[in-house]
Amino acid sequence: MARKLLSGIVALILVAGFIMISGQAMAAEEKKPEQFVGILAYRTGPFAAGGSGFSSGMEDFMALINARGGINGKIMYKWEECETAYNTARGVECYNRFKDKMAYVHPLSTGITYALIPKGTEDKIVIISSGYGRADASDGRVFPWVFTTPTNYWSQNTAKIKWIAMKEGWDGKDMANIGKYLKGLKIANLHIDVPYGQETKPILDSMSEKFGFKVRHFPVPWPGIDQKAQWLDIARRYKADWVINRNWGVSCTIPLKEAARLGFPREKILGVWWCGAEEDAMPAGPAAKGYYSTNFHGVGRDFPIIQEVVDKVYGAMKGNIAFTRVGTVYYNRGFIAGILNHEAILTAQKKFGIKVLTGEEFRWGMENLNVTVERIKEIGAEGLMQPMHNTWQDHEGGGVVFYQQWDGEKWVSTGEVITPMREYVRGLIEKSAAKYAKEKGIKLRTGP
Amino acid sequence: MFYRECSNFKDSYASDMAIFPIPLDRWGFIFMLFMAFVVVPLFTSEYFITNIIIPFYCFALAAFGLNVLAGYAGQISIGHAAFMAVGAYASFNLYGRLGLPLVPSILGGGLISAAVGTIFGLPSLRIKGFYLAISTLASQFIIEWVIVHWKWVSGGVFGTIEAPKMFLFGFIPLDTAVKKYYLTLCLMTVLMTFGKNLVRGQLGRNWMAIRDVDFAAEIIGVNLYRDKLIAFAVSTFYAGVAGALICFTYVGAANIEEFNVMVSFAMMGMIIVGGLGTVLGSFLGAGFFVMLPIGINQFLGSFMDVVPADILANIESILFGGLIVFFLIVEPYGMARLWHTIKDKMRLWPFPY
Repeated sequence: MARKLLSGIVALILVAGFIMISGQAMAAEEKKPEQFVGILAYRTGPFAAGGSGFSSGMEDFMALINARGGINGKIMYKWEECETAYNTARGVECYNRFKDKMAYVHPLSTGITYALIPKGTEDKIVIISSGYGRADASDGRVFPWVFTTPTNYWSQNTAKIKWIAMKEGWDGKDMANIGKYLKGLKIANLHIDVPYGQETKPILDSMSEKFGFKVRHFPVPWPGIDQKAQWLDIARRYKADWVINRNWGVSCTIPLKEAARLGFPREKILGVWWCGAEEDAMPAGPAAKGYYSTNFHGVGRDFPIIQEVVDKVYGAMKGNIAFTRVGTVYYNRGFIAGILNHEAILTAQKKFGIKVLTGEEFRWGMENLNVTVERIKEIGAEGLMQPMHNTWQDHEGGGVVFYQQWDGEKWVSTGEVITPMREYVRGLIEKSAAKYAKEKGIKLRTGP
Repeated sequence: MFYRECSNFKDSYASDMAIFPIPLDRWGFIFMLFMAFVVVPLFTSEYFITNIIIPFYCFALAAFGLNVLAGYAGQISIGHAAFMAVGAYASFNLYGRLGLPLVPSILGGGLISAAVGTIFGLPSLRIKGFYLAISTLASQFIIEWVIVHWKWVSGGVFGTIEAPKMFLFGFIPLDTAVKKYYLTLCLMTVLMTFGKNLVRGQLGRNWMAIRDVDFAAEIIGVNLYRDKLIAFAVSTFYAGVAGALICFTYVGAANIEEFNVMVSFAMMGMIIVGGLGTVLGSFLGAGFFVMLPIGINQFLGSFMDVVPADILANIESILFGGLIVFFLIVEPYGMARLWHTIKDKMRLWPFPY
């Protein structure tokens, strides 16, 4: 018995050693300089669906660039993953592990974003929170190192209200008469009762005053497995016309089932983009059919660039996730994050020369990022991503919101692309950022 | 041969009551202190200090707090992370908003946490065992809810307060990892020494009597009402200080998601794996839960190029879970018990029976 165990251990060590040596041998083949990317992933834990799709999408994009010969043909991407399991302390550890090597990071969790904002500012590392984190970080004067490109929660919610007005018959053009269609509407804001869920309460309240619709907030206690009481309230007592589903992870799916049980039309539920993935709708089965959700990018595989990934990356067996998940919502989200980083790198390399970028140079690239419609076509991502144009003040850049509907099997884009009420949101962002700056004693930036 | 009580004569009460009666232990402890105060800050990297050692100290402190309650006084609490959150938010507000000096505001965070903990300890006077465990679980959710909804405490819709710039005594800036390390280490050493003496003294004995048979303890004159509440207060004080330290010296921001129920469970795991009712066990358990996952993750990182990342990430959880089960089977009384076994062996060495 003991001998068997011993020989088993020896065999294991041999295999491990072999794997390590072969890994190093593979690493030794590359000679081009490398742009290091630290990835804070969570492939385990309650939100693994989001974390694994996002990081794999980003990695696949970088693998594609490497397969094409690198950034501008001279610099290769090199990435390393660190598992956070959506845990803030672990995320900070991962950040510290990579901070000497990397120029930018996607924290991929609201908690980690908050912890990293002061650290990134100090270490001169760009923090990109695409569609999560602090909405007021879009103000580059107060948050020089944080970007919310392409959009943030507040913009999203104004776009949601516009979309609802359009469903009620508004033509989508004249902001002056939008109030006519919204007046008297009852909107239920079903949100998970953590800071992330509460973040949009003020903007919805402020819009309801402005446009004359009614909004009521229905908090769902974490982790949101049981929402019977809230739904009884929404459907029977409050009799909501529209429901905004602002949940996360498993709590995204429950509303669909509850609505089906109470006969509330699923076509009247509009999800946040973190509730708009296959993993959110699929478990609800037929109950999910007709459910709408927002997004800030396209879904599916019908884009030239994703076809190229299928060809070159998965064709060469270098994919980073199960092939079936290519083209899913979270995957594409990570994928466009990869494109965004890449465009910023290209922009910065035009100024600083083709070399491995530092955080400061990368930030310059982000602040001068201008992804036009033509450029998107050139990339092969038409319909996958939106035009983005950052400045040193505006770290949001894009801001348009896509809509999609679950047809029972997959997400189908509705084709609507709605611009949020940008000036209105910008005012609120600046107000909130100014408050933050005052609290922290930050001097506003006055130039790039 | 060297490790024994023999020829180590105690000729005063003080030497009889010493924490480490065996000279080798004493030297070993001094050596550990030397390592902590001199070697670690001088010879290790910034990464190691901020990410491994500082959280290790903080969680050792928190685990000791829980150990006072669960290991010594026998009152189970599975909502202890919430008290860390109370300490963190309270000390941030004391320091950042009310302008108290740094150390008093960290300790003040602990005191506020102790006050809250005493209130949540009240049910322990009536209920015991699993029932108490569930009522403390409630404290986790109640406190989380209150912090999130009490905007003044949690800093508005974002529920997060960033650490203000820290100054010791008003003028020494705590900006580098080493300085933060010393702050953590000093507070930890002082509080642990205090705690060790607390559990060795009359109060500790009362707690142990309550833990073993509570009505018997009451019959011989232990005041259950007072001592159980003191246990809750002391325990949550330590948790509060640990929470404040984690936020000040490690994460740099107080966010409610840092202190969710999973952290409470992890702390429970720490004291069970480490050893219930021992000070050493708090350290060992904290080490196990803080260092091991990072170590496994770092080790697995070298396989990055060959094994798919999603499998790798799950292997970490599998390995860690497996190790917990392994340690509990091999040593059900915790890792501290292992040390005791080794000690007993060493006393007899080289002539075991």
